[in-house]
Amino acid sequence: MSFDLLKERRAQVVRNNRGGVVALDCNKASAAGSVSQRACTFCGSRVVLYPIADALHLVHGPVGCAAYTWDIRGALSSGPELHRISCSTDMREREVVFGGEQRLEASLRRLIAQHAPRAAFVYGTCIVGVIGDDVPAVCKRVEADVGIPVIPVLAEGFRGTKRDGYNAACGALLTLIGTGDTTAVTPQSINLLGDFNVAGESWIIRKYFEEMGVEVVSVLTGDGRVDEIRRAHGARLNVVQCAGSMTPLAKAMQERYGIPFIRVSFFGIEDTADALYRTAEHMNSPEIMEGARALVSREISRVLPELRVCKQDLAGKRAGLYVGGAFKAFSLVRALRQLGVSVVLAGTQTGSKEEYEELQAVCDEHTVIVDDTNPLELASFLVEQDVDVFIGGVKERPIAYKLGIGFCDHNHERKIALAGFDGALAFAREVRATATSPIWNLMPRRMRTAAMPMGDKR
Amino acid sequence: MSCAAVKTTAPSVHSSAKPDATVNPCTLCAPLGAALATAGVRGAIPLLHGAQGCATYIRRYLISHFREPMDVASSSFGEAQTVFGGEDNLGRALDNVLKQYRPELVTVATTCLAETIGDDVPLLLTRYRTRTGSALPLVHAATPSYKDGHVEGFHSMVYALVKSLACDQGTPLRAVNLLPPLVSPADLRHLREIVDGFAVAATVLPDYADRLDGVILDQYRALPDGGTRAVDIASMPRALGSIDLTLTGRAPRASRLLAERGAPARVLGLPIGVRATDAMIESLADMTGAGRPAWLLGERGRLLDAYADGHKYVFGARVGLYGDPEFVAALAGFLLEIGARPVFCATGARNRALPEALAALPAGSVDEVLDDTDFESIGAACERHKPDLLMGSSKGYRMAHALGIPLLRIGFPIHDRLGAGRILHVGYRGTTRLFDELVNALLQRQQDASPVGFSYL
Repeated sequence: MSFDLLKERRAQVVRNNRGGVVALDCNKASAAGSVSQRACTFCGSRVVLYPIADALHLVHGPVGCAAYTWDIRGALSSGPELHRISCSTDMREREVVFGGEQRLEASLRRLIAQHAPRAAFVYGTCIVGVIGDDVPAVCKRVEADVGIPVIPVLAEGFRGTKRDGYNAACGALLTLIGTGDTTAVTPQSINLLGDFNVAGESWIIRKYFEEMGVEVVSVLTGDGRVDEIRRAHGARLNVVQCAGSMTPLAKAMQERYGIPFIRVSFFGIEDTADALYRTAEHMNSPEIMEGARALVSREISRVLPELRVCKQDLAGKRAGLYVGGAFKAFSLVRALRQLGVSVVLAGTQTGSKEEYEELQAVCDEHTVIVDDTNPLELASFLVEQDVDVFIGGVKERPIAYKLGIGFCDHNHERKIALAGFDGALAFAREVRATATSPIWNLMPRRMRTAAMPMGDKR
Repeated sequence: MSCAAVKTTAPSVHSSAKPDATVNPCTLCAPLGAALATAGVRGAIPLLHGAQGCATYIRRYLISHFREPMDVASSSFGEAQTVFGGEDNLGRALDNVLKQYRPELVTVATTCLAETIGDDVPLLLTRYRTRTGSALPLVHAATPSYKDGHVEGFHSMVYALVKSLACDQGTPLRAVNLLPPLVSPADLRHLREIVDGFAVAATVLPDYADRLDGVILDQYRALPDGGTRAVDIASMPRALGSIDLTLTGRAPRASRLLAERGAPARVLGLPIGVRATDAMIESLADMTGAGRPAWLLGERGRLLDAYADGHKYVFGARVGLYGDPEFVAALAGFLLEIGARPVFCATGARNRALPEALAALPAGSVDEVLDDTDFESIGAACERHKPDLLMGSSKGYRMAHALGIPLLRIGFPIHDRLGAGRILHVGYRGTTRLFDELVNALLQRQQDASPVGFSYL
């Protein structure tokens, strides 16, 4: 495929060079016509709040925005599953012309009476922003009658990037936090921010903390409950996993409630161990630190033998990754390195300047680093960098498979928990299953290289 | 058909367009249909005029169903475009799409946002052409989702393509135009094969069979091979006639426009079942004057043979149908033909034509018709009618699972199973497959419910 990088995207692609960090032109609107892999501001707010399972999530707009986000994340709940239904005010021409407030109010009242949620979130979509429905006024009116928080989330699709949607979601969470009773919260306690319980990952992490003797006051927002979120200000520390989406909330909680925060990751055994130790340090308790040590050494010795087997099979493989936020990218680079796999292509939808500096620092020489890339760039770099396994989400998958390249889903829809020690093992098995599958030997890409005289693809 | 179990009362038509919220929608949005139809034209790429998310959600959705790359460009509105209009971004988007994809055609479909702010897209496209001197065909369809869902978006784009491209008025061609609704790549291939059987050229619009069920590659293709060529669309008025496989729907009809331009149209339903497929075959025989191919008669005979082998297992079976109106209407006809009962027919499309199409069936065939509905209402219909089986898209899975009703996945979208694009629904061959699946699903249910099971039918 002959391919020219768009002129306006040239500063968003760099080749890693140990000689020094190259500044990426990032955190800006997608180039029109580029076919960005990003969604919109609405999407950013929707994915963050989505896992709150006992809240009503009502999308105010034409039906599409709700239809596309119905049951879209594999965020599990241990109880209510209100988050798995899709509610839309399904605006029609009449509402576009005469306003949708009436329909919004009727929808809220009916759904709240029917489902008895602990709170309701109302997401404004593009149209609502244009026709000027007073969503906050409707929410306030309904809230006064029904006695649960009814929270407007104003993140119309055109308002900015997905990151702006994260900010709107954090703002919505802040209206809940601080309204619950924290007298029963113990001093050795945390909130886990930015874990969404995809495939049950929050449960894995929560178990670690409980074993160490650390109370998890709330998870924002995996297996989320409104009443837990209301008490979140009672925690001693915020442990932030998906820093891209949750840093604004962590900063606001630090300012408002004096709760410090640490950025961690639970992807890969190194990062998981580091996260547990750093949390323990903040608890100021020798018992908790001892608990962390015991847990880490037990778990590592449990998973290491099979990890070693995977590593043997994966020796010399090359990976590409394209993910939403940069913090997941850092973890994946380290986790893959631990498996003997080098990352030769890495990118994110929403990374910031500082995050790209760090990404360049953790990546090897010559790794291609991309911001807000598109299918043609990805396809081109996958081939050019001779990638064996690509890690991304649904939209990246067919690009890899079409070229006969392995793929591993590390996005909303994964069904296998990839967090923690067991998750690290599951991830290794996933990478191994796809990178070493015998089917690739049949594909035109490998057949051709296999037929080359030296038989050496590098 | 004689079926004593069928009630003789007229079906109640239930439009569940509610005064308030839609819960678990049974439709997607209009630009999705427009983007999909675009993939059926060779070298074409869809561009959605509006915010970035619409294009990305639609891509993600189509990828989940087809498991193929599906690129949809966006003019990526920000706040400035929303306030001042999207002309600059549309121009930049076209420039970038042309540079990256080197398309032979670009379609521009509007999102709710662009429609609401009132961008005059035809005017913007004319100005773009004038400014750049580009001769590339740019085809526009208005697809605001507050008006219609994906089904009408699909037909609107087909109409727009015909309107702007199908203009040749030369000598008649030994060709037949085929205008299918949203069907699978396997369906498109088989429909073409049937027309080929009458020794005429088939112009299928849209034909995304090869682009959305493509081969593995070693070099990535920005726009994969396949799709109907613009030059073939241009000569559609010179065909012997058009077969329009969409009975329902309210978008202006491409086949009517083609009839005005010279190719007479026959409007049939989707060919599922013996009678419906016969109707298509008869039309083709009439149009072409050619005899029915022997292989097709063989497939018809084998289908009837399968009906004989399996008729008792489906007799009186209560089936709930939901999904795109064309599939629902066709499956209702198929079920009646084999002695099963379509107890309810539901669609999320805003489409009075579904009740009308079903009214053509014998009185009392269908107990209830739900149009403009959602899965909250379809779930309630399941409680009322207690179907033995559901036929429809993956969207009904959670409902079916919760109610303990087996689900036969058909149509669009199917995103919890592999091979959606390879499901053949149409023709005698597709009907045979559907019939086997239906019988086997009922047998499975019987086996699962039995404490002792059975090893032979």
